[in-house]
Amino acid sequence: MQYAILCYHDEKVTCAWSKEEDDAVMAKLGVVMERLTKQGKLGPVARLLPTTAATTLRKDREPALVIDGPFAETKEQLLGLYIVDCKDLDEALEITRELGSANPGGAYEIRPVGFFFEPPKAISS
Amino acid sequence: MTDMSWIGAVLTAARPQALAALLRYFRNLDMAEEAFQEASLRALKAWPKNGPPRDAAAWLIMVGKNAGIDAVRRTSKHDPLPPADVITDLSDVELATVEQLDAADYRDDILRLLFICCHTDLTARQQIALAMRIVSGLTVKQIARAFLVSEVAMEQRITRAKGRVASAHVPFEAPGAVERAERVAAVAAMIYLVFNEGYTTNVAEQGAKAPLCEEAIRLARLLLGLYPAEPEIMGLAALLLLQHARAAARFDADGAVVLLEDQDRTRWNARQIAEGLALIDKAVRHRQPGPYQVQAAIAALHARAKTFRDTDWSEIDLLYGALERMQPSPVITLNRAVAVSKARGPEAALALIEPLSDKLSSYFYFHGARGAFLKELGRPEEARVAFDRAIALANTPAEAAHIRMQLDRLSGAA
Repeated sequence: MQYAILCYHDEKVTCAWSKEEDDAVMAKLGVVMERLTKQGKLGPVARLLPTTAATTLRKDREPALVIDGPFAETKEQLLGLYIVDCKDLDEALEITRELGSANPGGAYEIRPVGFFFEPPKAISS
Repeated sequence: MTDMSWIGAVLTAARPQALAALLRYFRNLDMAEEAFQEASLRALKAWPKNGPPRDAAAWLIMVGKNAGIDAVRRTSKHDPLPPADVITDLSDVELATVEQLDAADYRDDILRLLFICCHTDLTARQQIALAMRIVSGLTVKQIARAFLVSEVAMEQRITRAKGRVASAHVPFEAPGAVERAERVAAVAAMIYLVFNEGYTTNVAEQGAKAPLCEEAIRLARLLLGLYPAEPEIMGLAALLLLQHARAAARFDADGAVVLLEDQDRTRWNARQIAEGLALIDKAVRHRQPGPYQVQAAIAALHARAKTFRDTDWSEIDLLYGALERMQPSPVITLNRAVAVSKARGPEAALALIEPLSDKLSSYFYFHGARGAFLKELGRPEEARVAFDRAIALANTPAEAAHIRMQLDRLSGAA
């Protein structure tokens, strides 16, 4: 079963981390990611830029409206996601706990994936 | 992450909103700061046990309010009570939950807090120091270090600045649309000042001054979060991110300045560049160009070029032309001349700057650029005179060293 692990945190807090703190968090996450990769359980991973860089397309009118900023104003923002392949929810929760131990605060939403398409060649940034 | 460091980050993140709300409540900067300080101390005791509250700012505002009122009650036994209008809404303290305020109130609160730091009675450096102390919450020691002055001198500077602000009567009612736009523009200019103060040409100062650049970026994101559809604020944030992205490549191991053309572009910060490019892309869609957006667009062209040779100089020439029309200034023309020299050759560039020789006769960069154009045109004697003049006007040893290197190359070629 594939799950998306959606990472939520107050971006004002994550942006207040010093470079060293940010690097330390990324290093801890890197260890978990490396192990998951070896086990063949890790799919695409993305860290998102702050919501001030976001644009929203609202379809509640015609033509659709382009708005600056995130879809919803919330206390925590969607800051990243992992796709993992696990045998069940317990394993997905276990992985999420490990990822979560890299830094305090925030929350994760674990959502089963219904459709997943892997393009033949990954996009390069 | 230790308790102290994650709580520190949460307090830093919540500070502008919490302090701004306490300021509206107490209408006195010192009282608001003391209330925030007290709330922070209580957070340090309470949060390691319970974890951070879901809404840290709301927690700090409630605790700060109560602590501030307690302090007023204690001192009122000794001092006469402050006039009633100093403390508002005393009666409904227990009822007024922070959630009752809508986003617009928060926005005006934070804008007011930022705007206080840009008061026209304050010098640029006072504005920067006050913003770093009040909004960013840097310690006096950190700010003194960034300004290369003693802690005592900085403490005095901040106290004087606060005194001026206190006697200036910043209005507390919600601003009208025109006034709000003026405040946003003043705050943007202040944030740009903070960044420039941190953007040093000296490697020895870079470590001490870098926090100013980082705080300026945080403030720009804060302002953009309040006004997410303002293209000039997007431009400002983009400009700061794109400039700061090059920080690690700007000096070599010996501390000498590395010019843009010689910088190792793999050392540029890819994440900051991505954010800057995303913001300028968003800004351009609004079709309301302004000076920050144009400057960011220029920085974006440098960031997009894989190598110095790939730089789109004709586009940069056009953008500097647009900037000249918005803010006519000989310094901008000088910058444009550098782009012109790459796009159309040194002769056109020299023709562009010759008329500026009166206005920029005591400007280091003018003589440095003029020397470089003359050198390229194969006029070494005139180039030498210009470079000598530049060295005499250099502001830092690094600037002088760079020109001397040009002179050496001149001798080598001759």
